[in-house]
Amino acid sequence: MQEVRRVISAIVMNESSVLARVSGLFAGRGYNIESLTVAPIPNSDLSRITIVTKGNQRIIEQIIKQLNKLISTLKVIEHEEMVEKEMVLIKFPASEHLGDIQALCHTYNGGIVNAGENMIIAMAADESKRIEHFIEASQRYNPLEIVRGGIVAIER
Amino acid sequence: MKMSGAQMVCEALIAEGVTTVFGYPGGAIMNVYDAIYKQNGFEHILNRHEQAAVHAADGYARATGKVGVAMVTSGPGFTNAVTGLATAYMDSIPLVVISGQVPLSLIGTDGFQEVDAVGISRPCTKHNYLVDSIEDLPRILKEAFYIANSGRPGPVLVDIPKDITAEYGIFNYPSEVNIPTYRPSYKGNDRQIKKAVEAMLEAKKPLLYLGGGVVLGNASDLVREFTKLTQIPAVETLMARGVMGNENPLLLGMIGMHGNYSSNMAMSEADLIISLGARFDDRVTGKLSEFAKYAQIIHVDIDPANIGKLVDVDFPIVGDVSEVLHKMIPLLVGTVNPDRYQAWREILARYNELHPLSYNDSDEVIKPQWVIERIGKTLGENAIITSDVGQHQMWAAQFYPFDRPRQWINSGGLGTMGFGFPAALGAKRGIPEKTVINITGDGSILMNMQELVTAAEYKIPVINVILNNQFLGMVRQWQTFFYEKRYSETDLSFQPNFKALAEACGGIGYDVTTKKEFDDALKDAIKQDKVCFMNVAVNRFENVLPMVPAGGALYNMLLEHKDK
Ligand SMILES: Cc1ncc(C[n+]2csc(CCOP(=O)(O)OP(=O)(O)O)c2C)c(N)n1
Repeated sequence: MQEVRRVISAIVMNESSVLARVSGLFAGRGYNIESLTVAPIPNSDLSRITIVTKGNQRIIEQIIKQLNKLISTLKVIEHEEMVEKEMVLIKFPASEHLGDIQALCHTYNGGIVNAGENMIIAMAADESKRIEHFIEASQRYNPLEIVRGGIVAIER
Repeated sequence: MKMSGAQMVCEALIAEGVTTVFGYPGGAIMNVYDAIYKQNGFEHILNRHEQAAVHAADGYARATGKVGVAMVTSGPGFTNAVTGLATAYMDSIPLVVISGQVPLSLIGTDGFQEVDAVGISRPCTKHNYLVDSIEDLPRILKEAFYIANSGRPGPVLVDIPKDITAEYGIFNYPSEVNIPTYRPSYKGNDRQIKKAVEAMLEAKKPLLYLGGGVVLGNASDLVREFTKLTQIPAVETLMARGVMGNENPLLLGMIGMHGNYSSNMAMSEADLIISLGARFDDRVTGKLSEFAKYAQIIHVDIDPANIGKLVDVDFPIVGDVSEVLHKMIPLLVGTVNPDRYQAWREILARYNELHPLSYNDSDEVIKPQWVIERIGKTLGENAIITSDVGQHQMWAAQFYPFDRPRQWINSGGLGTMGFGFPAALGAKRGIPEKTVINITGDGSILMNMQELVTAAEYKIPVINVILNNQFLGMVRQWQTFFYEKRYSETDLSFQPNFKALAEACGGIGYDVTTKKEFDDALKDAIKQDKVCFMNVAVNRFENVLPMVPAGGALYNMLLEHKDK
């Protein structure tokens, strides 16, 4: 069976052990996690866990069912039609390329978020593929540090 | 009403109708034990090991269908209980296990006897709780019982820090639970059920594949009604023995690695598999790509995650077996023609004549299979049979004439040696009017033999029949078949004196070397009504047959073993 990439959101009770339940499930059953983000859902006692995973159709189906089976899970959404974004922060040495970096960031829904005497910090938020392009393009300005966030997704 | 957390635990157990608790005290759970001392709503049985306490609660649950309850202290008390939790989890047994924990203020400090109980038990419980406030305690206890015994049942752990059992709070035991994130489905989709019935009407070689879910769902009567109506033949998994009843002409036998020939052939040749509460375990299916490869599959299971996990299913039905059968049977009345499957039944009957389940009896040495048949003839449906893990377990499953569900109690999923004796104690406490026999091996029995003391103290007359082959027999069998007889660490010919061991702990011991001695010992053991070890010397090199070698196709059974 062919491997596919899937973004899955689990809406879970916002309680202390819930992340361990989810990550433990993936580790214990040998499912793959490419990225995982958690944040509380405003005005509720729920959290949203967004997971990017890979596997064949049977595995993906099992992941969804096993997530649903957790007592703390309200529902699981497998995204078909969705907007998916990832964020990255990059630290550059201060240089004469500030304008170029700024322009690059704009192309990827970002900008300069902080500037100091010796460094500047740039941010971009975009689809994962494009974030990779952004990181690639930033190489020519000698980045000092790159911090990628996980993926968040919302249904259209 | 205001009371301590410890009292709340007792009150909740009483409110849940619990009459027996199995457990073992220690520092972190002492407040609860103090409250137990002061109450008289339930009895507490002091097993001599926490693992045995959980297995006893498990045996109680399997025999009665009620939730089993065990109680342990923190740290080593809890870790000793883990095998019990995992055993119950694999076989979907409803348990509530209550463990003490160090006080909240000490959690995370590597305090004395602190261990992360919810962390360790997460993958082997249906759900677990660390109680962090007295206000939550009544609700959590209520939820624990509800979760354990609803949907696909399973063990639930409630870990309670010591300061919470000491604290006072208002006890308002909820009459209902409201867990918005937990809504098991019981009903089964009507359209799928209708389509599945149509497939049955069109099939020529349908086969009922019965799993432990039929026992857990108390659906045995309905299954029998279904087969009577349709005359569709059935196979049982290790966990479903007793569902059809031994005398039922439509029962082919057990399926799987040590299933009988006609059952495994039926699975391999059927054109429609009706799976009820079974989960396509590897010990049942053998090589998956060859499993039931001519069949469409109807899969009825209360756990959606079981459906499509291992095999592709044509008619998935998420629901309780009883509820689904309640809907299926009326659709079959008047439409199903049992004659349609006549030719199929004849083929299977011929398979059974060709290779019936059998063994070569002997007059020189006791054959283990003979012992089981003998117990079956003597006690039949008046006994509950528990078992440990190994050859003796398979022979018991093959040769005992099980007549009803919950008569056969064994650790199928985890295969836990040491399960049988404590489980027998629990079963006997739950169903005192039945004779309870643990069929065990000389390896397994030692893994919880301290329970002799528990059984003697509480006068729980369990008969342990030790099929003594002086080997870790099942492992020895694999070494004979697949490791060129290199008997690495399986020879148990250095033996304890089993008879003396039983006597030393306040029980009775029997040494049996002939059939006559066995008959006498069994008769005496039933009469004495006391815990006993019956040490039966059996043929050392007997093998469990048929056997599907691990990973092989179900239809490729070893039917006999020729010694080269
Ligand atoms: C706790 C545990 N340890 C190890 C095993 C592996 N194992 C499976 S069967 C078996 C041999 C059991 O020997 P015995 O109880 O004497 O039964 P027999 O097979 O001889 O009937 C062993 C070691 C197990 N199932 N459980």
